[in-house]
Amino acid sequence: MMSDTILEVKELKQYFRLSRKEIVRAVDGISFTIEKGKTYGLVGESGSGKSTTGRSIIRLYKPTGGQILFQGTDISGKLKADEKKFLHTKMQMIFQDPMACLNPRKKVIDIIGEGLMIHKVCKTREEMEQKVYQILDLVGLSKEHAKRYPHQFSGGQRQRIGIARALVLEPDLIIADEAISALDVSIQAQVVNLMKKIQKETGIAYLFIAHDLSMVKYISDHIGVLHLGHLVESGSVEEIFENPIHPYTKSLLTAIPVPNPRVERTKVLHEYDISMLDCPYTESKRIYIGGTHYVLGTEDEVEKWRKE
Amino acid sequence: MEDYELKDFEFNENDFELVGEQVDITKDEVEPFHPGWKDVVKRFCKNKGAVAGLICILLIVCLSIFVPMVSSYKFDAIDTASANIEPNGAHLFGTDEYGRDLFVRCWQGTRISLFIAVVAVLIDVLIGMVYGLVSGFFGGILDGILQRFQEIMNSIPTLVILTILLTVMKSSLFTVIVALMFTEWIAMSRITRAQVLKVKEEEYVLASRTLGSSSFRLIFREIVPNIYGQLIIMSMMTIPNAIFYEAYLAFVGLGLAVPQASLGTLINDGFNSILVYPYMMIIPAIILAILMLSFNLCGDGLRDALDPTMKER
Repeated sequence: MMSDTILEVKELKQYFRLSRKEIVRAVDGISFTIEKGKTYGLVGESGSGKSTTGRSIIRLYKPTGGQILFQGTDISGKLKADEKKFLHTKMQMIFQDPMACLNPRKKVIDIIGEGLMIHKVCKTREEMEQKVYQILDLVGLSKEHAKRYPHQFSGGQRQRIGIARALVLEPDLIIADEAISALDVSIQAQVVNLMKKIQKETGIAYLFIAHDLSMVKYISDHIGVLHLGHLVESGSVEEIFENPIHPYTKSLLTAIPVPNPRVERTKVLHEYDISMLDCPYTESKRIYIGGTHYVLGTEDEVEKWRKE
Repeated sequence: MEDYELKDFEFNENDFELVGEQVDITKDEVEPFHPGWKDVVKRFCKNKGAVAGLICILLIVCLSIFVPMVSSYKFDAIDTASANIEPNGAHLFGTDEYGRDLFVRCWQGTRISLFIAVVAVLIDVLIGMVYGLVSGFFGGILDGILQRFQEIMNSIPTLVILTILLTVMKSSLFTVIVALMFTEWIAMSRITRAQVLKVKEEEYVLASRTLGSSSFRLIFREIVPNIYGQLIIMSMMTIPNAIFYEAYLAFVGLGLAVPQASLGTLINDGFNSILVYPYMMIIPAIILAILMLSFNLCGDGLRDALDPTMKER
């Protein structure tokens, strides 16, 4: 089983020091694993630490504590030059805002080819251009687009360029940080289907960060529900959607709109407040439910939630 | 009147006429590839004001180089017999109170003023910009130290610095440059730092970081191209400041030695007799105004030309 794991996060902690006294615990001890060629969906409300988790894993931040094992290599501490290169080529990120994630002063070809030139994958510019054309073709853009500037594209096309940039170094893991939440619904479908297609063709793994549960259900194999920096429930898609246990997960699931006004009118929303818990997250344990299903809580709480 | 029914109408092929340009919208027009600098030149040339500014600057530069070389008068040749002559055929801009030909003096002065302007911009870019980039980009303790140092430099009045300089240096062009170095870069470094702080957290910089870009690459490929605009405007503002600063230095006694002239000193001298001989001040002032306007037009054009998003507008 170990050989199938591509990323293992153990008790990851990411604190930010605001002042001498104040510390924000953005991510407070979360653990999960991502398997090769699978998609792990990370959901939660705004401010729950989803994006911070992604950025800590790709080392835009320095993790405060815990361990991140990427293909067996610990990437949470101080990195050596070859580890850095390994991390920067094998793990990539797709950003949230397609309008902001492309340098407006650069042509598309230079944006996508940047990684190739930095890591000297391609010796000559011609080689780089060929490679970029291939990738553009893969994401459904034509090679004529390469010589344009980002502002000449629509939002969906820009997100494709962002995906192309992430793909060009042939990574094993892509972190999609709310990659589709800035797009409108029809374009979301395009981009998600594109990501699925690429996964089928290249066997890439995704860490899919989103707040849209129905989209996460569609794309993910495993789901982690994040709340206030704690992973309150994790498991496969079926386990989470068929048998949600934690009240926070339940409240998220009932918040998904149903395309039926009659149902929607009588729907009872599960409200959730952290004060409903018997004991705070920091004192709870991960409790095994079955399969890959874990819930954060105490034994008594889980018993109680199951009965509800 | 007869009643027409809808079925009586029939549209023929030639009933309609296409209005507007006949463009085949099914074809995607592909722009041929050319290197980025060609785009910049093209966009710059489209801006008439900027081109006019550039031509003016080149003209003034040529005049300031060649007039003192070929003229039969020398800029410091005193001829008291022909003092205070109004502009005429022999002395195009007239002569001053010592009978020195103002035409030659003006262009000689422009030469020095231009030199000071270029040095001021260089100081701005080499010291101010680099200081601001380093301070803004690396942040943390380094930023703290650099900012405190800069605040200390800024809090000392210029006159005090000049008085100290006066005790160790004689008045010469070199002294002017040293004086500029002490104070001129501060505004630039502040603007740069503020811009860097703004752009640093943009997602495209983070994206480049996740690709493993070095700090050098991040600064010069991602950040600097996106803050060009502000920096160019800022350095254009430095030019008139520097030219007048030089005149001020001359007044304090740190500027150019007496027979030498700059636009600033010419205007200052002319100002003493403005009511009697207005041409002595007005002519160098006009040259300075044209120079300033040209630099500003040129800077504006350059800023727009370097911004690819301006292409369509």
